[in-house]
Amino acid sequence: MNNPADLTLTDLRDMLDKGDVSSEEATRAYLDRIEKIDPKVRSFVTITGEKALEQARKADKVISRGEASPLTGIPLGIKDVICTKGVKTTCSSKMLGNFVPPYNATVMERLEAQGAVMLGKLNMDEFAMGSSTENSAFFQTRNPWDLDRIPGGSSGGSAASVASRLCAASLGSDTGGSIRQPASHCGVVGMKPTYGRVSRFGLVAFASSLDQIGPLARSVKDCAVLLQAISGPDTKDSTCLPQPVPAYADACIKGLDDFTIGIPDEYFVDGLDPDVEKAVQAGIEALASQGAEIRRISLPHTGYAVATYYIIATAEASSNLSRYDGVKYGFRAEDYSSLMEMYKETRAKGFGAEVKRRIMLGTYCLSAGYYDAFYKKASKVRTLIIQDFKDAFQECDAVAAPVAPTTAFRLGEKVHNPIQMYLSDIFTIPVNLAGIPGISVPCGLDSKGLPIGLQLMTGHLQEEKLFRAAFNLEAALDLDISWPEL
Amino acid sequence: MEFEAVIGLEVHVQLKTRSKIFCSCSTEFGAPPNTHTCPVCLGMPGVLPVLNRRAVEYAMRMAVATNCTINRKNLFARKHYFYPDLPKGYQISQYELPLAENGWVDVETDMGSRRVRLNRIHMEDDAGKLIHDENRPVSLVDLNRTGTPLIEIVSEPDIRFPEEASAYLKKIRQLVRYLKISDGNMEEGSLRCDANISLRPRGQETLGTKSELKNMNSFKHVQRALEYEIRRQTAVLMDGGEIVQETRLYDAAKGVTHSMRGKEEAHDYRYFPDPDLVPIHVEDSWLEEVLASMPELPDRKRARFVEEYGLPEYDAAILTSSYDLADYFEACVALYPGAKKVSNWIMVELMKLLKLSGSDINDCLVTPDALAELLKLLEKGVISDKIGKKVLEQIFENGGSPSEIVERQGLAQVSDIGELQQLVEKVLDANPAEVEKYRSGKKKVFGFFVGQVMRETRGKANPKTVNELLRKMLGS
Ligand SMILES: [Zn+2]
Repeated sequence: MNNPADLTLTDLRDMLDKGDVSSEEATRAYLDRIEKIDPKVRSFVTITGEKALEQARKADKVISRGEASPLTGIPLGIKDVICTKGVKTTCSSKMLGNFVPPYNATVMERLEAQGAVMLGKLNMDEFAMGSSTENSAFFQTRNPWDLDRIPGGSSGGSAASVASRLCAASLGSDTGGSIRQPASHCGVVGMKPTYGRVSRFGLVAFASSLDQIGPLARSVKDCAVLLQAISGPDTKDSTCLPQPVPAYADACIKGLDDFTIGIPDEYFVDGLDPDVEKAVQAGIEALASQGAEIRRISLPHTGYAVATYYIIATAEASSNLSRYDGVKYGFRAEDYSSLMEMYKETRAKGFGAEVKRRIMLGTYCLSAGYYDAFYKKASKVRTLIIQDFKDAFQECDAVAAPVAPTTAFRLGEKVHNPIQMYLSDIFTIPVNLAGIPGISVPCGLDSKGLPIGLQLMTGHLQEEKLFRAAFNLEAALDLDISWPEL
Repeated sequence: MEFEAVIGLEVHVQLKTRSKIFCSCSTEFGAPPNTHTCPVCLGMPGVLPVLNRRAVEYAMRMAVATNCTINRKNLFARKHYFYPDLPKGYQISQYELPLAENGWVDVETDMGSRRVRLNRIHMEDDAGKLIHDENRPVSLVDLNRTGTPLIEIVSEPDIRFPEEASAYLKKIRQLVRYLKISDGNMEEGSLRCDANISLRPRGQETLGTKSELKNMNSFKHVQRALEYEIRRQTAVLMDGGEIVQETRLYDAAKGVTHSMRGKEEAHDYRYFPDPDLVPIHVEDSWLEEVLASMPELPDRKRARFVEEYGLPEYDAAILTSSYDLADYFEACVALYPGAKKVSNWIMVELMKLLKLSGSDINDCLVTPDALAELLKLLEKGVISDKIGKKVLEQIFENGGSPSEIVERQGLAQVSDIGELQQLVEKVLDANPAEVEKYRSGKKKVFGFFVGQVMRETRGKANPKTVNELLRKMLGS
């Protein structure tokens, strides 16, 4: 029999249901691979082998009773920004290095209810702030396609682990592209749902009005299955949407007749790597080959998105991270002689450089006298960006664009140039500001053999359309890319 | 130069909902430290607030009672500062678009009536408490109170005298108690007050520089702190000095205020709309529900007591000072229709007993039924006023029915003319010397005879009948 770790989530489901493989066998296969491969990739912060095997054995009983849910017995990896009861949740920060939540995130409750298996917690940029996972306080996760390159970020561990076949699928979080950009760089499918589709309860907040949990997997359908399991209303999150969850996997059907795809001029600009542009164009042609009508459109306020994002996101972050004061949990500095000094020392030593940079930026944006010029103005621009998309979706069903201007860059290449680093999110940020869903689907390799992602976006709660377009892209391209050997 | 004080108050009221404003923890007072807490009110990573609708309803009641306009869309905002009793590093409050704005309450003092306008009423969550160790340089944090719902009522600077400030506060307390939304207890901290005060030459429109006073834990403190501050500011100004904008703490032991922090040390709270909470939309149906839940308010009730029961203003004001007392009065009147008589007995006799025992009308063993029955016995002449008071005291102590007590203890008045005539004759026969005195013009002896008859009957003789019989038999 083949290694169960080589199967997609959907195929593993079939095998589990037919009794061809047990969840325990699949889980062991993944744990073996993690032991062998992860020292090179370094995607896991915490590996929960014992717990995983226990969950797998429990799942096998459920499966043998014929009571399996779509995720029963499926081994998954979880970004370390999602609270897991009794399991360390560090956000890859010294501040929460030893933090063990006494509660589960709602998504974890839902995965556990389905009997999914958690292999461990995945590395990330500290508090999800970054685009390369270089801001982890612990270690650098590498791109499995080229170990000298970054996997993207902030969900670098989530993307690298899926690409290295260290888990069947994973959960990440996306505030400005943190799922889609690493998915693109690692050659996996990564999806950010509509804001409010997935409960944020238990997702350690970076920027509350932008954060969403979403799936990363080896196929579009796998993403659809995983999203379905974690979506839906939650009384613990007031911003969670009440609408019922459609069967997303059922939306993965062949054919794009009566489907219009908009191509925004503003996303094909200087600075877009020619290899990336070529692959994205090929993807657009593939969509057309499935019957989609391709139409040039304009999203006129795209140019303001990065500035808007870095005001809103840092403002919210500066507020959300106030709670890490050393008083109740997490890290506390050792030497201090007053309350003020305890705060200062704790936060100076507990946070990394990028987190501190963003706290300072955000604090400044909210300060008396600057609030109107920055935060308030950014909120107004945000509504213009929302309107751009509303207008666009009057004339098309989905928008197609690149995910990132380049493929994965080398470790350390942009560490000392935050602005350059911020610009790697230039194409993913508008989706978060607008609160709409977006997905990154592999559409080819560049001349260096590095994966390229094509981004699809649809209107508010139009996940079914998104999956349909993504599924057709994936099927039409039928990329003959073998997974990186490690 | 003569100065006028300009005073505005910021009053915090703890709402007595069963659970906290953003989580389901109990708000009960007095539990062991940190037992009424959960990840949400502890501000742990990743948790989210969920609004308690009951807290909004309580706040809306106060808004309606103070003639405010409710913002049909209102927002929560985060107010940032670092302190160990504030686990999130920010308080969830309201800033732009508070729950309600532009209200007023009328306040009466000996100097007359004043309308105090309200700038706003907004909701927020309370902080925890620090307990400072007396022996070591450490503080302990108790987060039981964290997340208890509060409303902040901000007045316009319409108050001119310390007595008015105190009367305004008492009015706020009366309202929150009428509305049953808070205990309104300053000593326990369920009602808290900060004051802004400035002086200006009488007749001047523009406001002077203000100071903000904190740490006043009773109505008296508020009044005394303001009185002190008026003296202090007057002295500074008369000396040609300038008032510094600052926050001052009241020292109750010394009766003075001293500077806590200046303007330049004031916090920048960096308010912005809380992205974890959606705007509150007050739909018509919700507002109607709240309006339907409103009790009759004190001013209205007082006017009605005057009109409907023909009570003097004074009686009406006292009887409506508390909702429950007013209820008690009306329950009595429904059973015994002599309103003024009921009023007298409640205001004089019953309230004296309540005050002596320090108890509340709600715990009173004298039920409205009992009081009405007692008044009927008095009216029928079954017992005298004096006996009536004794019966009332007994019921106040141990409960029971007046007629049963009168019956059991044989307290009924002797009104039988034949029986009383015999007694009067007996008394006159036994005291011939006094009879002689009376007849020779010493009319004062009359009281002696009455007393003798009452003694014979152990106070139960109907005094009116005794008087009539004595007059007749003494032949005057
Ligand atoms: Zn709580």
